[in-house]
Amino acid sequence: MSVLVYTENWDGKFKKLSYEIVSFATAIAKEINSTVTALSIGHVADDELKTLGNYGANKVLNVQDDRFESLDNKALADAVTKAAQAEGAKIIIFAHNNEGKAIAPRVAVKLEAGMVSGVTGLPVNFDPFTVKKKVFTGKALANVAINTDVKVITFAQNSFDVVEAANEVSIEAFDPQIADGEFNTKVLDTHKITGKVLLTDAEIVISGGRGMKGPENWSGIEELAGLLDAGLACSRPVSDEGWRSHEEHVGQTGKIIAPNLYVALGISGAIQHLGGVSSSKVIVAVNKDPDAPIFEAADYGIVGDVFKVLPQFIEAVKELKAQG
Amino acid sequence: MKILVLISNVPDTTTKIRFTGDNTAFDAAGVQWIINPWDELALTRAVELKEAGAVEKIVVANVGEKITEPTLRKALAVGADEAIRVDAKPEDAYFVAKQLSEVAKDFDLIMAGIEASDYNGSGVGGMLAELLGINSVSAVSGIDIENGELKIHRDIDGGSQVLSVPTPLVAIVQKGIAIDPRIPAMRGIMMARKKPLNVVPAIDAGARTEFVSYELPAPKAACKMVDEENAKELITLLHEEAKVF
Repeated sequence: MSVLVYTENWDGKFKKLSYEIVSFATAIAKEINSTVTALSIGHVADDELKTLGNYGANKVLNVQDDRFESLDNKALADAVTKAAQAEGAKIIIFAHNNEGKAIAPRVAVKLEAGMVSGVTGLPVNFDPFTVKKKVFTGKALANVAINTDVKVITFAQNSFDVVEAANEVSIEAFDPQIADGEFNTKVLDTHKITGKVLLTDAEIVISGGRGMKGPENWSGIEELAGLLDAGLACSRPVSDEGWRSHEEHVGQTGKIIAPNLYVALGISGAIQHLGGVSSSKVIVAVNKDPDAPIFEAADYGIVGDVFKVLPQFIEAVKELKAQG
Repeated sequence: MKILVLISNVPDTTTKIRFTGDNTAFDAAGVQWIINPWDELALTRAVELKEAGAVEKIVVANVGEKITEPTLRKALAVGADEAIRVDAKPEDAYFVAKQLSEVAKDFDLIMAGIEASDYNGSGVGGMLAELLGINSVSAVSGIDIENGELKIHRDIDGGSQVLSVPTPLVAIVQKGIAIDPRIPAMRGIMMARKKPLNVVPAIDAGARTEFVSYELPAPKAACKMVDEENAKELITLLHEEAKVF
């Protein structure tokens, strides 16, 4: 019996999110006297695989099979199911993101498991197993009990404080033995930016809205993001106008993010926008309108001209970095 | 090509959320019901594809009680040809997927929104695909039909892909699938009255999860304001007080 975690990597390095989930799984395993097995699918070097042990993983199942690169949902669900069965896993944890949402529901059906998505913390109860999740797009929380022996959950990013728990971790090659016929997704074309901070995994995100007045004014945002190793985001009007790529659009209908720090520059904060960023730990808002709804959600705010504020932010961050 | 679009009936986005029965049930009193925004975008794309001549028929399906019929009529007014309502109170994602698996068998493409804006489950589309034993693609941001073949655009980390996936297929769609939801025209509303809305009985399918209780989030502390001329102080606060860098 174990807790199985589906990990994800970005160019061969684990996402910060994967460490968070391993840490979360470790806390659950402790409560139920179990162990944590992490499943890694893709090309991740042994040294990197071992880092999962720093967060409490006891074992890593390492699947190296190029066929999974097409992210075929059916084949991936088969692979995770076989890993869960091999480990006798009673709890299987995914991230509540594109990959997790794609695979977890299929795995839940295969294992006859109840599934709760977007779980925001440790179970509030272990018998019956009950977890908390956001409902009504963050306007309320629900306690949901899972009535089945095997349980599948998707975990909402940044809702658990990562604990380092160094562990001796064993790494095992795992071949889920998926037949070629199970891989039906054919990738015709890929457009992928690498080497940039991945928006959904960034600790800090700098975001611009209509108040930036035009695409030519983004250099300040880019400079600040560069200084802070931050991801770049924008509001819906900005991507609809084509000022920025739609990859950067955050909000209820765009990407849902939960960084440690979200800086909203010239964004009024429509309910749809807040739906995509409200799980951020700290929100900073700069807007000329004191009544902008973004200030309701923000922790720190400046009512004023973003073009006066942004250069001061950049200068202050530079000074801070100079101090080391 | 025949398309099935799954429709969730959800409270309007601006609804004030309240609970009854000692916080064990959602208070539906006075709530305006709408098509789940992602399902509405899915339906919009299906209608666009039909108008382009690539689709013969669009059916919409919902698992719900009679209260969901106006939402299904709206979907018919937007351009669906036929509606199915599985007559049951939706208990959880598995229950809903199991009901839908009975009515979803004869379609080439099944479209589902990435989540419903009420219980934010993100489960029904993938569960349905697994129950039917067919392919699924999630994070779908575009669907084109070229010479009768589907081209699926999918968002991935840091970018996007174009895929070819054999039908039948469940496409779980999100941002980009359509730009703005289609608003029904008067003619569509008139026609919708005559289109079939078939009510089918539920099958036996136990829920696997149970919503035990609800709570409202703790009120947020007030926003700490910093003067525009003194913006550098905010960076100091982030460093020393919030400790985010």
